[in-house]
Amino acid sequence: MFVRGLKRKCFDGEEDIEGTLAGIKAIPSYNLQRQSLLDMSLVKLQLCHMLVEPNLCRSVLIANTVRQIQEEMTQDGTWQMINTQSTGQTSLDRLVSTDILCRSSREQAEGKQVPGYSSFNKDFEDDQTQDSSETMSTSSSVQTPRNLQSNVWEMENPQESRGNFQKSLDQIFETLENKNPNSVEDLFSEVDNSYYDLDTMLTGMMSNTKMGHCDGLETFSSPTTATSNSNCKSDLNELDHIVEILVES
Amino acid sequence: MIPLSFFTCGVHGGNDESKNEPYSQGEYNVYSTFQSHEPEFDYLKSLEIEEKINKIKWLPQQNAAHSLLSTNDKTIKLWKITERDKRPEGYNLKDEEGKLKDLSTVTSLQVPVLKPMDLMVEVTPRRIFANGHTYHVNSISVNSDCETYMSADDLRINLWHLAITDRSFNIVDIKPANMEDLTEVITASEFHPHHCNLFVYSSSKGSLRLCDMRASALCDKHSKLYEEPEDPSNRSFFSEIISSVSDVKFSHSGRYMLTRDYLTVKVWDLNMETKPVETYQVHDYLRSKLCSLYENDCIFDKFECAWNGSDSVIMTGAYNNFFRMFDRNTKRDVTLEASRESSKPRAILKPRRVCVGGKRRKDDISVDSLDFTKKILHTAWHPTENIIAIAATNNLYIFQDKVNSEMH
Repeated sequence: MFVRGLKRKCFDGEEDIEGTLAGIKAIPSYNLQRQSLLDMSLVKLQLCHMLVEPNLCRSVLIANTVRQIQEEMTQDGTWQMINTQSTGQTSLDRLVSTDILCRSSREQAEGKQVPGYSSFNKDFEDDQTQDSSETMSTSSSVQTPRNLQSNVWEMENPQESRGNFQKSLDQIFETLENKNPNSVEDLFSEVDNSYYDLDTMLTGMMSNTKMGHCDGLETFSSPTTATSNSNCKSDLNELDHIVEILVES
Repeated sequence: MIPLSFFTCGVHGGNDESKNEPYSQGEYNVYSTFQSHEPEFDYLKSLEIEEKINKIKWLPQQNAAHSLLSTNDKTIKLWKITERDKRPEGYNLKDEEGKLKDLSTVTSLQVPVLKPMDLMVEVTPRRIFANGHTYHVNSISVNSDCETYMSADDLRINLWHLAITDRSFNIVDIKPANMEDLTEVITASEFHPHHCNLFVYSSSKGSLRLCDMRASALCDKHSKLYEEPEDPSNRSFFSEIISSVSDVKFSHSGRYMLTRDYLTVKVWDLNMETKPVETYQVHDYLRSKLCSLYENDCIFDKFECAWNGSDSVIMTGAYNNFFRMFDRNTKRDVTLEASRESSKPRAILKPRRVCVGGKRRKDDISVDSLDFTKKILHTAWHPTENIIAIAATNNLYIFQDKVNSEMH
């Protein structure tokens, strides 16, 4: 599954993926499992049924799960770990993977980690769970200095709204409440669709998830599409390739 | 859901089918079929309202007719079911077809007599309770006063009078001022069987709230909150989802409540709010499969539960067309299957077993070969007799207890 194939680059050496098909099952790291669950949940939230009102109970439960994961990831500093580890190349990997699935939850975590109105030289281990709407308003002021420390990916997106993940959740609930024909557009109004048409993207995503996405999180299926992504250039080629595949499917 | 001699099931397509109890055990025939709801279109939201029936509740019988309430996502309807098995014959002025007789042919007067005829069942809609709910109705419950009933959707509960359709009272409202703050919804609710002022509602976080309508008009403050603390050893990202209560039923005695969450059924004593008095594992072998069940959405399935007439046995459905019964006194439980292959009329159901690895007996089903598309969400137990109704996808099964059958 190409998404996982990309992510695996970030966690190089954490487990041996090859050889999972036969015999011994490699147990993916807890972080990977958690990320996978987060991604799955976000896809579920976004796939609202347009013809019939979505099930509010289900949506609330999924949203709570997402919040839970995201809070835990913030608390144990996983987001920061990813940031410091990443190179420009790896961050583009994340760009591809998370943009396919959702609003970048990574960006949201960054937004949430801004502890408020004090110095941006914060300790990322601070686990202040603030209301993200507050962080949204303040983060833009502290974002610019932070960018100097951040990697290429962050600098390229200084204006992306901070709590955009939370915003996605909020939008989803508002959508559920005020269902109208434009709601899908509202919901995805901030999603960067420059690479894909949303429908084909999600269709592609769904067919990927069917291919043993979860399997009790015990195994990873090998990457299905060409994922020779050793550098930025090949990432972009890959994007074209992916779009090709999705459009054809 | 089963009154003295009738029960109903709702079928996607909006039909209600009522069935008649036979004189002796045997096969059941369809008693009556009617279309309860039609699909509608909400023009304001540009959304279709499904005709699928979510809940059916019988009213206590007060005369020869039977009444029931049925609801889809938005509208509740009251139906009256009447039978006619006799008709008058021997009119003086009309002949058998109803045409006026030629009076010159009438030589004597006769008194019309009632003659038996083929049973005719008439179902008429008596009330339509519309526009009471913004969200999807998940429960209806008739009050013991037989005059009022309540309907609950995800965020609100309304109290209706059975005779008044243009007005309802909102008795619970958990909608937050800001929908972004929404983290909990109402999943089920029921009136107390004896105290017409008490009702309970369950939430997606696994809590139960007992409310007293005498306390205030809007019962936002519960009288009692029933919640079991989380087991830290079993904690996972799915803990909240599997704790969500899908059904709550008072015992006939009114002393206990039965709740169903994804993996267990629990018996709560109304006097004890801290934890249930009994917990029964329905299919604990699914605990290690929660991620897959989350992925295919099965983890959101809402199973119902039921008490038997004497409150000694509880029942609930599961996957693979299995349903489970737990005897509260002997602590024995049994797994049975509702399928055409395994049950011919008058055959005794064979207990089934799911094996979780290790020793496997003949006829055991392994966890991995369970069919998760065959789910028994709706089960009902006759209020006084040992007759149960099991809804399995497109089939309805009725089972009766044979005198000497045992639970293994």
